[in-house]
Amino acid sequence: MSEVKFSKEHEWITLEGDVATIGITKHATEMLGDIVFAELPEKGSNVEKDGTAGVVESTKAASDVYTPVTGEVVDTNQAIVDDPAKINEDPEGGAWFFKLKIKDTSELDTLMNKEEYDKFAKETSS
Amino acid sequence: MEIKKTSLNKLHQSNNAKFVEFAGYEMPIQYSKGIIEEHKFTRSNSGIFDVSHMGQLFIYGDENLTEELEKIFPLDLKNLKQNSSKYSFLMNEDAGIYDDLIITKIEDGYLIILNAACKNKDFEILSNLLGSKFKMNLDNNRSLIAIQGPKSVEILNSIINGVNNLNFMTGNWFDSDNKKLFVTRSGYTGEDGFEISISNDKAENFVENLIEKGAQLIGLGARDTLRLEAGLCLYGHELDINKTPVEANLRWAISKSRLSNGGFIGSKKIMNQMQDGASQIRVGIKPEGRLIAREKTKIFDDTDTQIGEITSGTFGPSVNGPIAMGYVNKDFSKVDTKILLEVRGKKHPANVCALPFYKKNYVKGVD
Repeated sequence: MSEVKFSKEHEWITLEGDVATIGITKHATEMLGDIVFAELPEKGSNVEKDGTAGVVESTKAASDVYTPVTGEVVDTNQAIVDDPAKINEDPEGGAWFFKLKIKDTSELDTLMNKEEYDKFAKETSS
Repeated sequence: MEIKKTSLNKLHQSNNAKFVEFAGYEMPIQYSKGIIEEHKFTRSNSGIFDVSHMGQLFIYGDENLTEELEKIFPLDLKNLKQNSSKYSFLMNEDAGIYDDLIITKIEDGYLIILNAACKNKDFEILSNLLGSKFKMNLDNNRSLIAIQGPKSVEILNSIINGVNNLNFMTGNWFDSDNKKLFVTRSGYTGEDGFEISISNDKAENFVENLIEKGAQLIGLGARDTLRLEAGLCLYGHELDINKTPVEANLRWAISKSRLSNGGFIGSKKIMNQMQDGASQIRVGIKPEGRLIAREKTKIFDDTDTQIGEITSGTFGPSVNGPIAMGYVNKDFSKVDTKILLEVRGKKHPANVCALPFYKKNYVKGVD
């Protein structure tokens, strides 16, 4: 599996072959608070880099989830729809959102690595 | 304008509060545990709420004052016992609501608790209506602390002996630490609890005492989910100048004895609506599934006609599902009526339901 990459919209992404797994970061969940609702893209649909690909809602507000790369949705994580609290518990592990079959792996090159993201998250949240 | 702070601001900070601006005050939206845990702690234990931003209006006078206030409020104040409280409204001539409030008859007059965002305007309106005959004091030297939840009575009674004898919607003066506190058995969470009016210089120490006895600070976020589960209105959401108490389904708060002769501001409209019914009415709404419908969500019938709008919507931690309140056309106000909620461009099924979403645990009598 590839190195974890991060987007400015607070998604994380890993790549295995041509299938990417995408979720939201721990930092995002800390900003959102208790997550109580998740909506995921439909399997078989196509999503565009930086387009919306889902929604999460906390007790306070709704937020869009974006996809950091273009691709076809090949799998979604029903477990987080059934129990959204899992997203707060394990955001960068078991609570992934969706998997994409991607065409252009070079789209990942524009994303941040862990160190860059941590710095970005710290700067933007203060 | 500079943001105002309550006398508990430092205590909020030291308890890792996340702050928001609310009605010109810097108020805690939540502490480190988060809204859901704070909500559940209040339901199972005892939560402390800083509601010092709310207005505490003392109006002093005798039976002449009672008579004047009956020209304003739809209440039977003549027969209200000393130290008893009533929920009511300040209205305009069209029965539009300026504010909802709690009024308590005290020894030398009345104490009225007003919403933070409305209190200055309310003071102005009441001053104009009452003239200069009565001394009025919107007291900024007192803080207001609510303590809510099943363990609150035991905790508060260990600090202020005797509060356990108060019935729901009554209050009294108590002495503690050489200061006079006014304590009412009331609140806005659907739980048994109290509101304590205390001088600003004693407030922090008092709350620290409550924390020591096992109560915890709770933010405005959980206060909102708690009151919504209890089916209680929030001014600026369910209530505003374009809504009447009848439309808000708050007929119970209007004293029956005042309906035959009227004589309070807005009485004509209220009496008409009581007779003919209001065209729109506040209802409870439960979306099917887990979808949350927030304030301003449009409500439709199955022919694509808009029939109303959501005024508050969230996830109810004790209900463990989404809940909402809103106004619908009266033909759709019956419990179990199927409606559709438009969220992010799609219509989702929901049902009109009875309020409250969560059953109350008020203490009705202590004999």
